[in-house]
Amino acid sequence: MIHQYKLNGYNIVLDVCSGSVHVVDDIAYDLIARIDAALPNEPDRADLIARLAESYPDVPAGDLTECYNQVAALRDAGKLFAPDTFAPMAGELKQRTSGVVKALCLHVAHTCNLNCAYCFASQGKYHGERAVMPFEVGKRALDFLVEHSSSRRNLEVDFFGGEPLMNFEVVKRLVAYARSIEKEKGKHFRFTLTTNGMLVDDDVIDFANRECHNVVLSLDGRKEIHDACRVDYAGNGSWEKIVPKFQRFVEKRGDRDYYMRGTFTHANPDFLNDIRAMLDLGFTQLSMEPVVCAEGDPAALTEADLPIVLKQYEDLARLMIERRREGRPFTFYHYMIDLKGGPCVYKRISGCGSGTEYMAVTPWGDLYPCHQFVGEERFKLGDIWQGVTNADTQAEFAACNVYARPECRDCWARLYCSGGCAANAWHATGSVRGVYKYGCELFKKRMECAIMVEIDRQIRE
Amino acid sequence: MTHIKTIETRNLCDSAKNGGCGECQTSCQSSCGIANQQCEK
Repeated sequence: MIHQYKLNGYNIVLDVCSGSVHVVDDIAYDLIARIDAALPNEPDRADLIARLAESYPDVPAGDLTECYNQVAALRDAGKLFAPDTFAPMAGELKQRTSGVVKALCLHVAHTCNLNCAYCFASQGKYHGERAVMPFEVGKRALDFLVEHSSSRRNLEVDFFGGEPLMNFEVVKRLVAYARSIEKEKGKHFRFTLTTNGMLVDDDVIDFANRECHNVVLSLDGRKEIHDACRVDYAGNGSWEKIVPKFQRFVEKRGDRDYYMRGTFTHANPDFLNDIRAMLDLGFTQLSMEPVVCAEGDPAALTEADLPIVLKQYEDLARLMIERRREGRPFTFYHYMIDLKGGPCVYKRISGCGSGTEYMAVTPWGDLYPCHQFVGEERFKLGDIWQGVTNADTQAEFAACNVYARPECRDCWARLYCSGGCAANAWHATGSVRGVYKYGCELFKKRMECAIMVEIDRQIRE
Repeated sequence: MTHIKTIETRNLCDSAKNGGCGECQTSCQSSCGIANQQCEK
């Protein structure tokens, strides 16, 4: 299977199953399309070249034959129209690693000092009571992770909420505890912290820059956009309070990873303007994500928003290329794909690992498949003392893979999205194995842009 | 005349033979997105 598209002056051919990416001229682009249309019936070589000659009367016959030979050579090398031999592997990685947990999302605070209109976690409470995680619960969660990590060395822990800095003392103690057992257990913890910025001070900055592999700083871009949603309980916008804190945070972070993480909604499908606003503030590692909310919610993106959003993604790719050439580069999370060193096919068909190798822990120690399922009682998997006791629900997640979704089997992007997000699918269709089609459209456009940006980089370097 | 330039990529068919170690970063798509990950083998 192949995917062909034209973007920013490039004719691009993606060979789905080998992962090969080709930049071709118009003749090769047309020839490959004709072969694709004919398959599985093998088209006649002479007929193909004759029809190409009709389309390109000014091109010497020898050039057309040479083009055919180059395409044929790629096919022989397994880099064009490579067959899909991966279906039998679906589920193999999860089966092989059954019971292994390597990442936890610690909900250290089910409370928040902001009252954001679009919060999927209902202002941090996840449809429940306000709570903060006691140290003993967090410590047991870390022990649970180590006990179930098998031979995995790299373990990931996200401090999440609500607003995790509302329980900062426990966060610090948990990191100290994890560091104290790393050597003995032969593990390496990678911590991340997601914050709205309200409680950021020099103590937080120094701690995070010393201990956190990555930090996610919530900022929606333009002041009027940010302050329309991200308000405190008195209704006051938070932009003016947090931007100077984030600027100091990033300045002191040096070369370490961070992401300014914005949300765009029906109010700002023109989110490229928010990207530009963040660039103007001096931030260069950026992420703008579509809102997660129920259909019909005033914030929800609509069908009318879709073409606007898709164009933003293309314009964003051009802006990245333009600024890179000017020596003022920035990164957009979804465009940072590594074509040479990306994940293997097992990972690509297995998906994110939610409910199996990755789980969320509530402040009182319950386990859920991921942060987006917390508060949905039927998805409770167990707890950090007993482990997973809801085997049926875990089996639902273990069975999630690209080939479990009929809609994905013929999609060119399936080995890039791995079947998509189970939580989004559940919200959109009522099944964790459903397909959130609006999200698919956004994802496919992001991948087309990301591949084009990487092509431009490789060609110019 | 060169009609095709092939960009350097990891061959997914080869990765079926030497992949699957499970050490790579867990990803969330709502570390967002499988495609953005780095192989850690």
